[in-house]
Parts: sequence; C-alpha cells; structure tokens
Amino acid sequence: MKKYTIFILIMLMAFTLATGCQGGSEDDSEGQVSGDVTNLTGEIVGGGSTSTKNIMEATGEEFTAINPDVIFEYNSTGSSDGVKGADEGTYAIGTASRQIKEEEKASNLTEKVFAFDGIAVIVHPDNDIQDITIEQIAKVYKGEIVNWSELGGEDAPIVVVSREDGSGTRGAFEEIIDFEEALTADATIGEGNGNVQSTVAGNANSIGYVSFTYIDSTVKALTVEGIEATTENVLNESYKVSRPFVMVYHEENLNDATKAYIEFLMSSEGQKIVESEGGIPVK
Amino acid sequence: MNLTKNNRTDKNRKETFFKYLFLFCAFVAVISVFAITFFVFARGLKPFMPWNDSGYSLIDFLSGVEWRPGSDKFGILYMIIGSLLATIGAITIGVPIGLFTAVFIAELAPKKIANIVRPAVELLAGIPSILYGVFGLGMIVKILTKYSPNAQGQSLLATILVLTIMILPTVITMSETAIRAVPSCYRDGSLALGASKIQTVFKVIIPAAKSGIFAGVVLGIGRAIGETMAVMLVSGNPIAGIPTSLWDRVRPLTTNIALEMGYASGTHQDLLFSTGVVLFIFIMIINLALNKLVHNKIK
Repeated sequence: MKKYTIFILIMLMAFTLATGCQGGSEDDSEGQVSGDVTNLTGEIVGGGSTSTKNIMEATGEEFTAINPDVIFEYNSTGSSDGVKGADEGTYAIGTASRQIKEEEKASNLTEKVFAFDGIAVIVHPDNDIQDITIEQIAKVYKGEIVNWSELGGEDAPIVVVSREDGSGTRGAFEEIIDFEEALTADATIGEGNGNVQSTVAGNANSIGYVSFTYIDSTVKALTVEGIEATTENVLNESYKVSRPFVMVYHEENLNDATKAYIEFLMSSEGQKIVESEGGIPVK
Repeated sequence: MNLTKNNRTDKNRKETFFKYLFLFCAFVAVISVFAITFFVFARGLKPFMPWNDSGYSLIDFLSGVEWRPGSDKFGILYMIIGSLLATIGAITIGVPIGLFTAVFIAELAPKKIANIVRPAVELLAGIPSILYGVFGLGMIVKILTKYSPNAQGQSLLATILVLTIMILPTVITMSETAIRAVPSCYRDGSLALGASKIQTVFKVIIPAAKSGIFAGVVLGIGRAIGETMAVMLVSGNPIAGIPTSLWDRVRPLTTNIALEMGYASGTHQDLLFSTGVVLFIFIMIINLALNKLVHNKIK
C-alpha cells in the first residue's frame, strides 16, 4: 500500500511539474479589483513620453481592472510625438515629460500636469560644497570639471556616479541638465537608485543623482542654484532638476472612458499610483 | 489487496515506469542546455545577420571600446578584457590559496583545526553571491578608496579580490576531494623513501591529484567569469575604456547584461544577448581547453 502512495505522489509531482509552466502569469492581477465594477466601455488610446510610460500603464491597468470593458493602450513614442499625436487625433491623450513648447501650443489643446519628476544631486556628507549650478553639473558629468577645487571645494578628484543606460532617472537627468549621450567615460555606473546612493555614501569624493525618496542622512543633497531639493520646490517649479509630466488632449476628442480615466488619474487613488511609480503627485 | 498474485507484471510495470522517469529527468538537463544555447544564439546573432536592416557590425561590436546605446555605439572589447583580467587575477590569487588550504585540511592539519576550517569553507560556499557584493562594497571598496589614485575603490582590484573569495570554496572542495582520493600507499611509499611531508605533498600527492585539482580550477574559472551580482557592485561598470591598471574600473560582460536588460529594447536588447553569446563561447573554450589538458595529463 505504501508503495502505491509513493507511486501516486511521484505521478502527482511529475504532473504538477509538467503543467506548472503553462498556468503562469495569466491571472495574477485578478482578485485585486478595488471599488465597484462599472459598465463603462470604450477604448483609451494614449501615447507619448517614454518616461511617463510606467505611470500611464500602471494607472491604466488599475483603471481597466475597475472597468473591465475598457481597453487601454499606451504607445511610448516620445514627448514630441505625444503632443503631435494628441493634436492630430492619433492619440486621445498625449503625454510629454517636459513643458509644452510655445510652437506646440495649438488652439484649444488642453494641458494638464499630472505628476512631477524630481532628481536630487547628492554628495558625501563630509563634502563642503553646498550648492551647484546646472551648468556646473553638466560640466562635471561631461568630464570638463574633474576636481572639487574647481567648484570651490577641496583639492580632490571628483568621482562621477551615474546610472545604467536606459534608466528613466538617467534619461531624465541627462535631458534636464542637457548633456545627453555625453556622459564622461570615467563615470562609475551604479545599478538602481539605491546603489548610487550607497556608492556616494561610501566615497567622500563622489557625486551622484537619485530620486527624492533616496535622500537620507548617509548622503547630502546639494541645493541647485540656491534651491533646496524638496517636493514643495518641485511643485512650485523653483527647483531646476525636475520636470513636469504633462498630458495634452482635445476636449472634443475624448470619449467617456477617456474622460473617466483622466478623472481617475487626477484622483487621490490615481495620484497614489503616481507616487508608487516614482513620480511626485501634484496633489 | 493481493500483492502476490500479480507480482510479476506489477514489478515489470514499475520497472518500466521508473526507467522512463529517469530518462525523462535526464532529458530535462539536456533539453535545457539546448534550449538555452538555441535561444541565446538565435537572439544574439540576429543583429549580425546581413539581411537584418537594423543590425550592427560584428567587427565594431567585438573591437569597440565604448558602450553608448543612445548613440548607437556598442563595443564590448573593453568588457572582454575586463572579464578576462578579473578572472585571471582571481585564479592567480585564488588557486594557490585554495590548493594550499586543501592540502592543509587533507594532509597536515590536526583534526581539531581541520574541523574548524572545513565547515568555514562549506559555509563560504553557501553564502549568496549578492552578499559577497555587499561585503565587497562595504569593506573592500571602502578600504581601497583610501589607497586608490583614482579616489575610488570600485576597480579591477576590488573585483579580483571579491572573485578570489568567491572561487575559494570551489577550488578547496574539489582539491581536497582529489587529494583524499590519492591512495595512501603513495604517501607511505614516499615517506618510506625518506621524503619529508612537504616533499611528499609537492612531489607525489599534488601530481597524483592533478586532474581533480584542474577540475576545481575549471569550475573556479567558470564561477569567476560568470559571476554577476557581486561583481556589479564593486567593478564600477564604466561605459568606455580598456583597463590598464588594477585601479581602473572594469565592466565585465555579465554585468553589462544584467545592468541594462531591464530597459533595453530592439537592437540594444539583441546586442545584450550577443554579449551573452560571447560569454557563452568563452565558457565553452575554457571548458574544452582545460578538459583536454586534464585528459592529456592523465595519459
């Protein structure tokens, strides 16, 4: 009898092994539907900035979980394309991870800032430097300034710490500081915000940049052109190393589902997702 | 239940079942190797195919010393050199230490001390690699920062030191097993001829255990060249530059893949697979070469 039990057990194990790989990731989002299920239908077509992709997709996923009949689509094709697409009607909602340029402002194109992105420039707490300008940051990261004495500090080499290629924070930082693809070959690359933070915390001569949530006592966030790196200063747009996440749309192009989605994104629930995706909520 | 009645057919059925079960298990490994090889090569060679419009030149890929995906510069020569230097360094320091530790445990140490050293080595083998990296960043890098002319500890040297510690358990365990497998009549014969203990170790035991020790070295090289997480934290991962000194930062092939795979798309992603192909080829060459060496030595 015992032998048969073992036999059956082995069969069961083999069976689970064989079928285990098929089930997988299909239905892990189910069961987390919050709120009431509505009968809203329609298609939401969004597109634009690659930096807003995570926020858009996370909010879109949550929104379609509440409204199962709504189809959400987001194409990350770049900020300029997002604005153009919204104007021409390719996208119901276009997004940009920067201010909308003067020449892009078409008639009755509605702009709405739904999140901010802020990056802190950090150094070791023992570093005497308190403030840095955007131009100085650019020169440091391009390898044109290589010694702290050039910034008014001690005579010591600057250890530049950056992020891996493709990182949203690196993309944003290079875009805001304006040194895209010109990072010095001497830069040390840290994987993730936490890694940059601990690298800077461990080296008195280093400089790095991280999302605001990674500022703590082990590193010192520099003021940029005299403005402290705080969410308030990002929201009042005085802190320079930040950018708005803007969505643009023609009011008349919106269907009910899209209108409801925009409302959801601006609601406290939507803004909570913004925050969990690393953005700074606007409310 | 009547077990004796159908005993024979029942037994046969069980035999057949287990035979196929074992066969199935054996195939899991074989299929995995082929699946991984096929997948990595299929993706990794795609950019170099002449019919691929958005491809990349194989020569530029293998001879470039700059990795800037945003500007379409994908050169991995400096990574290949970095990986090789780190591995060679780790083997140079790690193999003698490991071998001598193995000799010590197996031949020389009093039982009490051996009983302390051996569990320590086994524990070292079980530590997850990320913890080696955290240790490397927190201790080795910190100490090296004080002495480095580049004002930072992330360097080829830090990578080598972390890898050295990581390959120790492999080298020690394999060598110890090999040394213990040497028949005791070799030892007795050598000692009876008047050789000292140390002479016996170097002239008789190590040569006799050579193939096992080589196997340990092969596995050590495999571990060193394939290690990713620990190395990523201490190597610095620069975007360009061939390392010319121990203080220079390196970007091993493995960390290049791990750093960027999460974000990459299109040609960039394919070229990360290509980096994997290069890594794969290296592992195969090393394995084949050392296997051959071991076989020749035995003959």
